[in-house]
Amino acid sequence: MSKEQKPGWKSLPIGGLILTAGNADEYNTGGWRVKRPEWIPDNCIHCLFCWVYCPDSSIETEEGKMTGIDYEHCKGCGICAEVCPAKEKAIVMEPEGGKEDGDE
Amino acid sequence: MNKRVALTGNEAIAKAMQQINPDVVAAYPITPQTEIVQIFSKYVADGLVDTEFVTVESEHSAMSACIGSAAGGARSMTATSANGLALMWEVVYIAASTRLPIVMPVVNRALSGPINIHCDHSDAMGARDSGWIQLFSENAQEAYDNAIQAVRIAENKDVLLPVMVNLDGFIISHAVENLNINDAEEVQKFVGEYKAEHYLLDKENPITVGPLDLQDFYFEHKRQQSEAMKYAKETVKEIGKEYGKLTGREYGFFSEYKLEDAEIALIGMGSTMGTAKAAVDELREQGVKVGLLKLRMFRPFPAEELAKALSHVPVIGVLDRAETFSTNGGPLFTDMHYALYGQDHKLIDFIYGLGGRDTNVSHVKGMFEMLQKAKDGQPIDRINYIGVRE
Repeated sequence: MSKEQKPGWKSLPIGGLILTAGNADEYNTGGWRVKRPEWIPDNCIHCLFCWVYCPDSSIETEEGKMTGIDYEHCKGCGICAEVCPAKEKAIVMEPEGGKEDGDE
Repeated sequence: MNKRVALTGNEAIAKAMQQINPDVVAAYPITPQTEIVQIFSKYVADGLVDTEFVTVESEHSAMSACIGSAAGGARSMTATSANGLALMWEVVYIAASTRLPIVMPVVNRALSGPINIHCDHSDAMGARDSGWIQLFSENAQEAYDNAIQAVRIAENKDVLLPVMVNLDGFIISHAVENLNINDAEEVQKFVGEYKAEHYLLDKENPITVGPLDLQDFYFEHKRQQSEAMKYAKETVKEIGKEYGKLTGREYGFFSEYKLEDAEIALIGMGSTMGTAKAAVDELREQGVKVGLLKLRMFRPFPAEELAKALSHVPVIGVLDRAETFSTNGGPLFTDMHYALYGQDHKLIDFIYGLGGRDTNVSHVKGMFEMLQKAKDGQPIDRINYIGVRE
Protein backbone atom coordinates (compact mmCIF):
# COMPACT_ATOMS: atom_id res chain seq x y z
CA MET A 1 0.00 0.00 0.00
CA SER A 2 1.30 3.44 -0.91
CA LYS A 3 1.75 6.05 1.81
CA GLU A 4 0.35 8.92 -0.24
CA GLN A 5 -1.08 11.95 1.56
CA LYS A 6 -4.83 11.69 2.22
CA PRO A 7 -7.02 14.64 1.20
CA GLY A 8 -7.50 17.51 3.68
CA TRP A 9 -10.85 18.76 4.97
CA LYS A 10 -11.16 21.37 2.23
CA SER A 11 -11.13 18.82 -0.59
CA LEU A 12 -13.04 15.91 0.98
CA PRO A 13 -16.74 15.43 0.16
CA ILE A 14 -18.78 16.70 3.13
CA GLY A 15 -20.73 14.62 5.59
CA GLY A 16 -18.69 11.47 5.03
CA LEU A 17 -20.28 10.94 1.63
CA ILE A 18 -18.48 8.62 -0.76
CA LEU A 19 -19.16 9.86 -4.26
CA THR A 20 -17.64 7.03 -6.27
CA ALA A 21 -19.21 3.62 -6.66
CA GLY A 22 -17.31 0.35 -6.38
CA ASN A 23 -14.53 1.79 -4.25
CA ALA A 24 -14.50 -1.15 -1.81
CA ASP A 25 -11.97 -2.67 -4.25
CA GLU A 26 -9.46 -0.02 -3.12
CA TYR A 27 -9.73 -1.04 0.51
CA ASN A 28 -7.66 -4.13 1.23
CA THR A 29 -9.12 -6.15 4.05
CA GLY A 30 -6.86 -9.20 3.67
CA GLY A 31 -4.89 -8.13 6.71
CA TRP A 32 -7.89 -8.92 8.95
CA ARG A 33 -7.47 -12.66 8.26
CA VAL A 34 -6.68 -15.09 11.06
CA LYS A 35 -7.22 -18.21 8.93
CA ARG A 36 -6.67 -18.40 5.18
CA PRO A 37 -8.60 -20.56 2.72
CA GLU A 38 -6.33 -22.90 0.78
CA TRP A 39 -7.64 -24.07 -2.61
CA ILE A 40 -6.87 -27.65 -3.63
CA PRO A 41 -7.44 -27.64 -7.43
CA ASP A 42 -7.36 -31.44 -7.71
CA ASN A 43 -10.45 -31.73 -5.47
CA CYS A 44 -12.36 -28.85 -7.10
CA ILE A 45 -15.51 -29.70 -9.07
CA HIS A 46 -16.00 -26.01 -10.13
CA CYS A 47 -19.54 -25.85 -8.78
CA LEU A 48 -18.82 -22.23 -7.75
CA PHE A 49 -20.76 -22.52 -4.48
CA CYS A 50 -17.82 -20.67 -2.89
CA TRP A 51 -18.17 -17.87 -5.46
CA VAL A 52 -21.88 -17.53 -4.67
CA TYR A 53 -21.45 -17.51 -0.90
CA CYS A 54 -18.25 -15.44 -0.53
CA PRO A 55 -19.35 -12.16 1.17
CA ASP A 56 -16.25 -10.34 -0.10
CA SER A 57 -16.29 -11.36 -3.78
CA SER A 58 -12.89 -12.91 -3.26
CA ILE A 59 -13.26 -16.08 -5.33
CA GLU A 60 -11.49 -15.58 -8.64
CA THR A 61 -12.95 -17.24 -11.73
CA GLU A 62 -12.33 -17.45 -15.44
CA GLU A 63 -14.86 -18.70 -17.97
CA GLY A 64 -17.02 -20.28 -15.30
CA LYS A 65 -14.17 -22.06 -13.54
CA MET A 66 -12.55 -21.27 -10.25
CA THR A 67 -8.97 -20.06 -10.65
CA GLY A 68 -7.95 -18.90 -7.15
CA ILE A 69 -8.60 -16.66 -4.17
CA ASP A 70 -8.12 -12.89 -3.89
CA TYR A 71 -6.10 -12.65 -0.67
CA GLU A 72 -6.08 -8.83 -0.81
CA HIS A 73 -9.77 -8.80 0.11
CA CYS A 74 -10.52 -12.25 1.65
CA LYS A 75 -11.17 -11.75 5.38
CA GLY A 76 -10.84 -15.47 6.13
CA CYS A 77 -14.43 -16.03 7.29
CA GLY A 78 -14.30 -19.69 6.13
CA ILE A 79 -17.74 -19.76 4.49
CA CYS A 80 -16.20 -21.02 1.23
CA ALA A 81 -14.65 -24.03 2.99
CA GLU A 82 -17.93 -24.68 4.82
CA VAL A 83 -20.11 -24.70 1.71
CA CYS A 84 -17.67 -26.66 -0.49
CA PRO A 85 -19.65 -29.83 -1.44
CA ALA A 86 -16.77 -31.81 -2.94
CA LYS A 87 -16.22 -35.26 -1.43
CA GLU A 88 -12.67 -34.29 -0.57
CA LYS A 89 -12.92 -30.57 0.34
CA ALA A 90 -11.43 -28.33 -2.35
CA ILE A 91 -11.04 -25.46 0.14
CA VAL A 92 -9.61 -25.93 3.63
CA MET A 93 -8.82 -23.30 6.26
CA GLU A 94 -5.22 -23.05 7.45
CA PRO A 95 -3.83 -20.79 10.19
CA GLU A 96 -2.67 -17.49 8.67
CA GLY A 97 1.09 -17.27 8.73
CA GLY A 98 1.41 -20.91 9.73
CA LYS A 99 2.33 -21.89 6.23
CA GLU A 100 4.40 -19.54 4.16
CA ASP A 101 5.34 -19.73 0.50
CA GLY A 102 8.21 -22.17 0.07
CA ASP A 103 7.63 -23.78 3.50
CA GLU A 104 6.74 -27.44 3.66
CA MET B 1 -48.91 40.16 0.65
CA ASN B 2 -49.27 39.93 4.39
CA LYS B 3 -52.43 38.72 6.00
CA ARG B 4 -53.26 39.47 9.65
CA VAL B 5 -54.49 36.39 11.49
CA ALA B 6 -54.93 35.16 15.04
CA LEU B 7 -53.11 31.86 15.65
CA THR B 8 -51.44 29.94 18.42
CA GLY B 9 -47.71 29.33 18.02
CA ASN B 10 -48.34 25.72 17.08
CA GLU B 11 -50.91 26.75 14.48
CA ALA B 12 -48.46 29.30 13.10
CA ILE B 13 -45.75 26.64 12.77
CA ALA B 14 -48.18 24.22 11.12
CA LYS B 15 -49.20 27.01 8.74
CA ALA B 16 -45.54 27.70 7.91
CA MET B 17 -45.05 23.98 7.23
CA GLN B 18 -48.11 23.94 4.98
CA GLN B 19 -46.75 26.89 3.00
CA ILE B 20 -43.28 25.33 2.79
CA ASN B 21 -44.96 22.12 1.55
CA PRO B 22 -42.03 19.83 2.39
CA ASP B 23 -41.53 16.55 0.54
CA VAL B 24 -41.48 14.50 3.73
CA VAL B 25 -42.63 15.05 7.31
CA ALA B 26 -41.95 12.29 9.82
CA ALA B 27 -43.08 13.17 13.32
CA TYR B 28 -44.32 11.81 16.60
CA PRO B 29 -46.59 13.79 18.91
CA ILE B 30 -45.41 15.07 22.29
CA THR B 31 -46.74 17.81 24.57
CA PRO B 32 -46.57 20.76 23.89
CA GLN B 33 -45.66 20.13 20.22
CA THR B 34 -48.60 17.76 19.56
CA GLU B 35 -50.81 20.23 17.70
CA ILE B 36 -48.16 20.91 15.08
CA VAL B 37 -48.23 17.27 14.05
CA GLN B 38 -51.99 17.00 14.45
CA ILE B 39 -52.77 20.08 12.36
CA PHE B 40 -50.20 19.21 9.73
CA SER B 41 -51.54 15.68 9.37
CA LYS B 42 -54.95 17.21 8.70
CA TYR B 43 -53.43 19.31 5.92
CA VAL B 44 -52.07 16.05 4.51
CA ALA B 45 -55.44 14.30 4.81
CA ASP B 46 -57.24 17.25 3.21
CA GLY B 47 -54.83 17.27 0.28
CA LEU B 48 -53.57 20.78 1.06
CA VAL B 49 -49.94 19.68 0.85
CA ASP B 50 -48.04 17.20 -1.34
CA THR B 51 -46.08 15.92 1.63
CA GLU B 52 -45.41 12.24 2.28
CA PHE B 53 -46.37 12.05 5.96
CA VAL B 54 -44.64 9.24 7.83
CA THR B 55 -46.28 8.22 11.09
CA VAL B 56 -43.57 6.72 13.25
CA GLU B 57 -43.41 4.87 16.54
CA SER B 58 -40.98 7.21 18.28
CA GLU B 59 -38.91 10.36 17.92
CA HIS B 60 -35.82 8.26 17.26
CA SER B 61 -37.65 6.91 14.23
CA ALA B 62 -38.95 10.36 13.27
CA MET B 63 -35.45 11.77 12.98
CA SER B 64 -34.17 8.57 11.37
CA ALA B 65 -36.89 8.78 8.72
CA CYS B 66 -36.00 12.43 8.11
CA ILE B 67 -32.35 11.47 7.71
CA GLY B 68 -33.28 8.76 5.22
CA SER B 69 -35.54 11.01 3.20
CA ALA B 70 -33.13 13.96 3.28
CA ALA B 71 -30.30 11.68 2.14
CA GLY B 72 -32.66 10.57 -0.62
CA GLY B 73 -32.93 14.17 -1.76
CA ALA B 74 -36.25 15.18 -0.18
CA ARG B 75 -36.92 18.38 1.75
CA SER B 76 -37.67 16.95 5.18
CA MET B 77 -39.15 18.30 8.40
CA THR B 78 -40.17 17.10 11.83
CA ALA B 79 -41.02 18.73 15.16
CA THR B 80 -40.60 17.76 18.78
CA SER B 81 -40.23 18.80 22.43
CA ALA B 82 -38.08 17.93 25.44
CA ASN B 83 -38.12 14.15 26.04
CA GLY B 84 -38.89 13.57 22.38
CA LEU B 85 -35.74 15.47 21.47
CA ALA B 86 -33.86 13.45 24.04
CA LEU B 87 -35.12 10.20 22.54
CA MET B 88 -33.86 11.18 19.09
CA TRP B 89 -30.48 12.12 20.55
CA GLU B 90 -28.03 10.00 18.58
CA VAL B 91 -29.76 10.65 15.28
CA VAL B 92 -29.85 14.41 15.97
CA TYR B 93 -26.04 14.27 15.80
CA ILE B 94 -26.11 12.05 12.71
CA ALA B 95 -28.39 14.52 10.89
CA ALA B 96 -25.89 17.32 11.48
CA SER B 97 -22.74 15.36 10.74
CA THR B 98 -24.21 13.83 7.58
CA ARG B 99 -24.94 17.44 6.59
CA LEU B 100 -28.64 17.01 5.97
CA PRO B 101 -30.70 20.23 5.85
CA ILE B 102 -33.59 19.05 8.03
CA VAL B 103 -35.76 21.70 9.69
CA MET B 104 -37.19 20.93 13.12
CA PRO B 105 -39.35 23.21 15.26
CA VAL B 106 -38.68 22.45 18.94
CA VAL B 107 -41.44 23.56 21.28
CA ASN B 108 -39.27 24.16 24.32
CA ARG B 109 -40.20 22.20 27.40
CA ALA B 110 -38.34 21.18 30.54
CA LEU B 111 -36.42 17.97 30.09
CA SER B 112 -37.22 15.67 33.00
CA GLY B 113 -37.18 15.18 35.80
CA PRO B 114 -39.27 15.08 37.81
CA ILE B 115 -41.67 14.97 34.89
CA ASN B 116 -42.81 18.41 33.75
CA ILE B 117 -44.47 19.52 30.52
CA HIS B 118 -43.94 23.28 30.78
CA CYS B 119 -41.49 25.69 29.28
CA ASP B 120 -37.80 26.03 29.78
CA HIS B 121 -34.84 25.74 27.43
CA SER B 122 -33.21 22.66 28.90
CA ASP B 123 -34.21 20.54 25.90
CA ALA B 124 -32.62 22.82 23.32
CA MET B 125 -29.59 23.56 25.49
CA GLY B 126 -28.80 19.88 25.69
CA ALA B 127 -28.57 19.83 21.91
CA ARG B 128 -26.45 22.98 21.64
CA ASP B 129 -23.30 21.03 20.72
CA SER B 130 -25.01 18.64 18.30
CA GLY B 131 -24.08 20.72 15.26
CA TRP B 132 -27.57 22.09 14.59
CA ILE B 133 -28.20 25.75 13.91
CA GLN B 134 -30.46 27.02 16.70
CA LEU B 135 -32.87 29.93 16.30
CA PHE B 136 -35.08 31.20 19.13
CA SER B 137 -38.40 33.01 18.85
CA GLU B 138 -40.03 35.63 21.06
CA ASN B 139 -43.56 35.01 19.82
CA ALA B 140 -45.70 33.19 17.25
CA GLN B 141 -44.75 35.70 14.55
CA GLU B 142 -41.05 35.00 14.97
CA ALA B 143 -41.63 31.25 15.19
CA TYR B 144 -43.50 31.36 11.87
CA ASP B 145 -40.89 33.59 10.23
CA ASN B 146 -37.99 31.53 11.59
CA ALA B 147 -39.47 28.28 10.27
CA ILE B 148 -39.69 29.64 6.74
CA GLN B 149 -36.20 31.15 6.80
CA ALA B 150 -34.77 27.97 8.33
CA VAL B 151 -35.43 26.06 5.11
CA ARG B 152 -33.26 28.44 3.08
CA ILE B 153 -30.55 28.63 5.75
CA ALA B 154 -30.30 24.84 6.04
CA GLU B 155 -30.23 24.22 2.31
CA ASN B 156 -27.56 26.77 1.44
CA LYS B 157 -24.86 24.86 -0.47
CA ASP B 158 -22.09 26.07 1.82
CA VAL B 159 -24.10 25.41 4.99
CA LEU B 160 -26.06 22.16 4.59
CA LEU B 161 -26.80 21.89 8.28
CA PRO B 162 -30.07 21.13 10.06
CA VAL B 163 -31.91 23.96 11.80
CA MET B 164 -33.82 23.87 15.07
CA VAL B 165 -36.54 26.53 15.37
CA ASN B 166 -37.21 27.05 19.07
CA LEU B 167 -40.44 28.41 20.51
CA ASP B 168 -41.45 28.43 24.16
CA GLY B 169 -43.82 25.65 25.17
CA PHE B 170 -47.37 26.78 26.04
CA ILE B 171 -46.37 30.45 26.36
CA ILE B 172 -45.95 30.68 22.58
CA SER B 173 -47.24 27.31 21.40
CA HIS B 174 -50.68 27.54 23.02
CA ALA B 175 -51.35 31.27 23.29
CA VAL B 176 -53.29 32.97 20.50
CA GLU B 177 -51.55 35.98 19.02
CA ASN B 178 -52.13 38.29 16.10
CA LEU B 179 -49.52 37.80 13.45
CA ASN B 180 -48.88 38.45 9.79
CA ILE B 181 -48.65 35.47 7.52
CA ASN B 182 -47.37 35.48 3.97
CA ASP B 183 -49.05 34.41 0.78
CA ALA B 184 -48.51 30.71 0.17
CA GLU B 185 -47.17 31.45 -3.34
CA GLU B 186 -44.70 33.96 -1.90
CA VAL B 187 -43.41 31.38 0.56
CA GLN B 188 -43.09 28.84 -2.25
CA LYS B 189 -41.12 31.35 -4.29
CA PHE B 190 -38.95 32.21 -1.29
CA VAL B 191 -38.06 28.63 -0.35
CA GLY B 192 -37.78 27.49 -3.98
CA GLU B 193 -37.35 23.89 -5.02
CA TYR B 194 -34.83 21.83 -3.10
CA LYS B 195 -32.21 20.26 -5.31
CA ALA B 196 -29.65 18.24 -3.40
CA GLU B 197 -26.27 18.04 -5.08
CA HIS B 198 -25.70 14.44 -4.02
CA TYR B 199 -28.59 12.18 -3.07
CA LEU B 200 -29.30 8.49 -2.80
CA LEU B 201 -32.09 8.39 -5.39
CA ASP B 202 -29.78 9.78 -8.09
CA LYS B 203 -29.32 6.50 -9.95
CA GLU B 204 -26.86 8.00 -12.45
CA ASN B 205 -24.47 8.95 -9.66
CA PRO B 206 -24.50 6.31 -6.95
CA ILE B 207 -23.14 7.46 -3.58
CA THR B 208 -22.56 6.02 -0.13
CA VAL B 209 -24.10 7.83 2.86
CA GLY B 210 -22.99 7.28 6.43
CA PRO B 211 -19.95 5.02 6.04
CA LEU B 212 -17.63 4.08 8.88
CA ASP B 213 -15.43 7.14 9.45
CA LEU B 214 -12.36 6.26 11.49
CA GLN B 215 -9.14 7.86 12.71
CA ASP B 216 -8.02 8.88 9.26
CA PHE B 217 -11.11 10.86 8.13
CA TYR B 218 -13.51 11.63 11.02
CA PHE B 219 -11.56 14.67 12.23
CA GLU B 220 -11.62 16.24 8.73
CA HIS B 221 -15.39 15.88 8.63
CA LYS B 222 -15.72 17.60 12.02
CA ARG B 223 -13.48 20.41 10.77
CA GLN B 224 -15.80 20.82 7.77
CA GLN B 225 -18.77 21.07 10.13
CA SER B 226 -17.10 23.89 12.06
CA GLU B 227 -16.50 25.75 8.84
CA ALA B 228 -20.09 25.26 7.71
CA MET B 229 -21.27 26.72 11.04
CA LYS B 230 -19.06 29.76 10.46
CA TYR B 231 -20.57 30.15 7.04
CA ALA B 232 -24.07 29.71 8.48
CA LYS B 233 -23.63 33.09 10.19
CA GLU B 234 -23.39 34.84 6.83
CA THR B 235 -26.34 32.89 5.51
CA VAL B 236 -28.58 33.65 8.49
CA LYS B 237 -27.83 37.34 7.95
CA GLU B 238 -28.44 37.26 4.18
CA ILE B 239 -31.65 35.26 4.42
CA GLY B 240 -32.89 37.52 7.23
CA LYS B 241 -32.43 40.53 4.98
CA GLU B 242 -34.03 38.88 1.98
CA TYR B 243 -36.99 37.84 4.12
CA GLY B 244 -37.22 41.44 5.36
CA LYS B 245 -37.51 42.72 1.79
CA LEU B 246 -40.30 40.25 1.10
CA THR B 247 -42.32 40.72 4.29
CA GLY B 248 -41.11 43.90 5.97
CA ARG B 249 -39.86 41.80 8.88
CA GLU B 250 -36.07 41.68 8.77
CA TYR B 251 -34.09 39.35 11.00
CA GLY B 252 -30.49 39.31 12.21
CA PHE B 253 -28.52 37.49 14.90
CA PHE B 254 -30.22 39.49 17.62
CA SER B 255 -32.25 42.65 18.10
CA GLU B 256 -31.64 45.53 20.42
CA TYR B 257 -34.26 47.29 22.50
CA LYS B 258 -33.39 50.72 23.93
CA LEU B 259 -29.80 49.54 24.18
CA GLU B 260 -28.12 52.57 22.56
CA ASP B 261 -27.59 54.61 25.72
CA ALA B 262 -28.24 51.85 28.25
CA GLU B 263 -26.07 51.70 31.36
CA ILE B 264 -27.39 48.30 32.44
CA ALA B 265 -28.83 45.69 30.12
CA LEU B 266 -30.24 42.19 29.95
CA ILE B 267 -29.63 39.58 27.30
CA GLY B 268 -31.82 36.54 26.81
CA MET B 269 -33.91 34.43 24.44
CA GLY B 270 -37.51 33.44 23.91
CA SER B 271 -40.87 34.71 25.12
CA THR B 272 -39.56 36.37 28.28
CA MET B 273 -37.97 38.98 26.01
CA GLY B 274 -41.44 40.42 25.51
CA THR B 275 -41.93 40.63 29.27
CA ALA B 276 -38.50 42.23 29.59
CA LYS B 277 -39.42 44.93 27.05
CA ALA B 278 -42.37 45.92 29.24
CA ALA B 279 -40.00 46.14 32.22
CA VAL B 280 -37.56 48.26 30.19
CA ASP B 281 -40.39 50.61 29.19
CA GLU B 282 -41.53 51.06 32.81
CA LEU B 283 -38.01 51.73 34.07
CA ARG B 284 -37.25 54.10 31.18
CA GLU B 285 -40.32 56.11 32.18
CA GLN B 286 -38.71 56.49 35.59
CA GLY B 287 -35.53 57.68 33.89
CA VAL B 288 -33.45 54.55 34.47
CA LYS B 289 -31.21 53.84 31.49
CA VAL B 290 -31.93 50.18 30.91
CA GLY B 291 -31.78 48.18 27.70
CA LEU B 292 -32.35 44.73 26.29
CA LEU B 293 -30.67 42.48 23.78
CA LYS B 294 -32.81 39.67 22.43
CA LEU B 295 -30.72 36.86 21.02
CA ARG B 296 -32.23 35.04 18.04
CA MET B 297 -29.33 32.88 16.91
CA PHE B 298 -27.77 30.80 19.68
CA ARG B 299 -25.87 28.37 17.42
CA PRO B 300 -23.67 29.46 15.80
CA PHE B 301 -22.99 31.92 18.63
CA PRO B 302 -22.43 35.48 17.35
CA ALA B 303 -19.79 36.37 19.95
CA GLU B 304 -18.02 39.18 18.08
CA GLU B 305 -21.24 40.94 17.15
CA LEU B 306 -22.57 40.64 20.72
CA ALA B 307 -19.35 42.07 22.14
CA LYS B 308 -19.67 45.03 19.79
CA ALA B 309 -23.34 45.63 20.56
CA LEU B 310 -22.76 45.50 24.31
CA SER B 311 -19.36 47.23 24.41
CA HIS B 312 -20.76 50.39 26.03
CA VAL B 313 -22.77 48.58 28.73
CA PRO B 314 -20.72 48.10 31.93
CA VAL B 315 -23.13 45.75 33.73
CA ILE B 316 -24.95 42.99 31.87
CA GLY B 317 -27.49 40.52 33.20
CA VAL B 318 -27.82 37.19 31.41
CA LEU B 319 -31.19 35.42 31.35
CA ASP B 320 -30.82 31.65 31.32
CA ARG B 321 -33.94 29.49 31.11
CA ALA B 322 -31.80 26.41 31.76
CA GLU B 323 -29.30 25.26 34.36
CA THR B 324 -26.06 23.53 33.43
CA PHE B 325 -25.26 22.23 36.93
CA SER B 326 -21.64 23.15 36.24
CA THR B 327 -21.98 25.48 39.30
CA ASN B 328 -20.88 28.25 36.93
CA GLY B 329 -24.26 29.45 35.72
CA GLY B 330 -26.46 28.78 32.71
CA PRO B 331 -25.36 28.05 29.14
CA LEU B 332 -25.81 31.59 27.83
CA PHE B 333 -23.87 32.97 30.82
CA THR B 334 -20.87 30.81 29.94
CA ASP B 335 -20.98 31.82 26.29
CA MET B 336 -21.31 35.49 27.21
CA HIS B 337 -18.10 35.26 29.21
CA TYR B 338 -16.40 34.00 26.07
CA ALA B 339 -17.94 36.79 23.98
CA LEU B 340 -16.87 39.52 26.40
CA TYR B 341 -13.53 38.05 27.45
CA GLY B 342 -10.89 40.68 27.89
CA GLN B 343 -13.44 43.49 28.08
CA ASP B 344 -14.30 45.32 31.24
CA HIS B 345 -17.87 44.17 31.90
CA LYS B 346 -19.58 42.85 34.96
CA LEU B 347 -21.75 39.83 34.15
CA ILE B 348 -24.54 38.53 36.35
CA ASP B 349 -26.56 35.40 35.67
CA PHE B 350 -30.29 35.07 36.23
CA ILE B 351 -31.55 31.53 36.01
CA TYR B 352 -35.32 31.78 35.69
CA GLY B 353 -38.54 30.11 34.63
CA LEU B 354 -37.48 26.46 35.00
CA GLY B 355 -40.34 24.02 34.43
CA GLY B 356 -42.65 26.83 33.35
CA ARG B 357 -42.28 28.93 36.53
CA ASP B 358 -43.87 32.25 35.70
CA THR B 359 -41.57 35.19 35.12
CA ASN B 360 -43.36 38.52 35.10
CA VAL B 361 -42.49 42.19 34.71
CA SER B 362 -41.75 42.64 38.40
CA HIS B 363 -39.26 39.77 38.30
CA VAL B 364 -37.44 41.43 35.42
CA LYS B 365 -37.51 44.79 37.19
CA GLY B 366 -35.99 43.01 40.17
CA MET B 367 -33.16 41.81 37.94
CA PHE B 368 -32.53 45.36 36.72
CA GLU B 369 -32.47 46.53 40.35
CA MET B 370 -29.76 43.99 41.10
CA LEU B 371 -27.79 45.12 38.04
CA GLN B 372 -28.11 48.72 39.23
CA LYS B 373 -26.76 47.74 42.63
CA ALA B 374 -23.87 45.92 41.00
CA LYS B 375 -23.17 49.03 38.94
CA ASP B 376 -23.14 51.10 42.12
CA GLY B 377 -20.50 48.79 43.52
CA GLN B 378 -22.66 46.76 45.88
CA PRO B 379 -21.90 43.05 46.16
CA ILE B 380 -24.29 40.94 44.05
CA ASP B 381 -24.07 37.17 43.58
CA ARG B 382 -22.78 36.13 40.17
CA ILE B 383 -25.46 33.47 39.83
CA ASN B 384 -29.04 34.14 40.90
CA TYR B 385 -32.18 32.01 40.80
CA ILE B 386 -35.21 34.18 40.01
CA GLY B 387 -38.66 33.20 41.23
CA VAL B 388 -37.59 30.16 43.24
CA ARG B 389 -38.85 29.80 46.84
CA GLU B 390 -36.07 30.08 49.43
